[in-house]
Amino acid sequence: MELSVLRAYLPAYLQAAEATLAIAGLGLVGSTLLGLVIAVAQYFRWPGARPVTAVYVELSRNTPLVVQLFFLYYGLPKLGLVWGSGVCAVVGLTFLGGSYMAEACRSGLEAVEPHQSQSALALGLGPGPALRHVVLPQALALATPAFTANAIFLIKETSVVSIIAYPDLVYVAKDYIGNDYNTSEALALLVAFYLVILLPVSLGAAAWERRLRHAGFGD
Amino acid sequence: MPASGIEVLFEGRNLVRLLGGLWTSLWIALSAMAVSVVLGLPMGVLMTSRHRLVKLVLRIYLEAIRVLPQLVLLFVFYFDLTLVTGVNLSGELAALIVFALWGTAEMGDLVRGAISAIPRHQYQSAAALGLRPTQVQFHVVLPQSARRLLPLAVNLVTRMIKTTSLIVLIGVVEVLKVGQQIIDRNRFDFPDAALWVYATIFLLYFLVCFPISRLAQALERKLDL
Repeated sequence: MELSVLRAYLPAYLQAAEATLAIAGLGLVGSTLLGLVIAVAQYFRWPGARPVTAVYVELSRNTPLVVQLFFLYYGLPKLGLVWGSGVCAVVGLTFLGGSYMAEACRSGLEAVEPHQSQSALALGLGPGPALRHVVLPQALALATPAFTANAIFLIKETSVVSIIAYPDLVYVAKDYIGNDYNTSEALALLVAFYLVILLPVSLGAAAWERRLRHAGFGD
Repeated sequence: MPASGIEVLFEGRNLVRLLGGLWTSLWIALSAMAVSVVLGLPMGVLMTSRHRLVKLVLRIYLEAIRVLPQLVLLFVFYFDLTLVTGVNLSGELAALIVFALWGTAEMGDLVRGAISAIPRHQYQSAAALGLRPTQVQFHVVLPQSARRLLPLAVNLVTRMIKTTSLIVLIGVVEVLKVGQQIIDRNRFDFPDAALWVYATIFLLYFLVCFPISRLAQALERKLDL
């Protein structure tokens, strides 16, 4: 392993790490919003919500992200929907993550006892404020362990986006392996960068969970 | 009249070829799963043992495998290990090794979880009835753990099948690669082939994974009753 090679590659990896984090962050926000909407729609039994969300959840959970991305990036343009690789990556991650986040939020919502929302309504809160101020804060605390597990899962899943030519960490590593044959250096940096991203997230998630449990929420 | 493109699926042996590509992935997934079950069971049992060192080593193995994306593991094995050891691994074999290592770790953790969920009074009652520690394991703990484990293990099968789709990135000719070949071959006759081919592959994965997920859910519900 050549130290000078590692140093020469570093800037490209830093840039790629930024690209990876960008889609991971946006994908996470998208998944969480989608998941929350689905869970709330199911919780309040919005008309038509059940069948529509059920079909989406099953499609999302029973297909691999790679296949979802191929369809979005290479298939949809034939219908006139042309998206760049970054948009496809975020849409794909949201499509995948939304169902996992919906499940996390659903279990959180169902774990909040019904008398909580009944009491809020009895105190004169409208359905919206009761949801915002009473049910959701408790449900989200209960959903935290599942949420953090999903977040780590989604960050790891971003590693496949190079198949739709998004310049993430894997893309850069493949580039250097193919062009320079510096396989060991390229892969060492790849592993190191993922560890730098993922280890703090994993450890932070564990610490956060402990704090929530300490506050009397976690179980 | 321009073709809509769906006909491309029924040209020649295209559909059969897609199914053949899917089988390449499934074969690797199921083989890796079989290895994972065989190795994951003892691993999970060992993870609940009292030996600190054994537990520590297995914990490190589990976390080391889990922290990285499976694709990165796949790259390390496929590109780097072959360089370091001089052994030339085919994409299929590298995938099989990586997914077996990953599956074993996941399966081990599921087994550990299932065993840990057995209430302590089960051990105490069994001991009070005069059963020896090995008898407690084989007649009391493991049968009950197996019931908890089954839906989770079935679920791991779908995760394994979905994860195996990564092999397209190390050049294994599987369903997506066959799809690309079909699209490229028919570039002029069916310019919109990509839509139908990738929609078909999406559907094929769904048709494989959905029944297995359903089975896992059914087992879970049956267990709750």
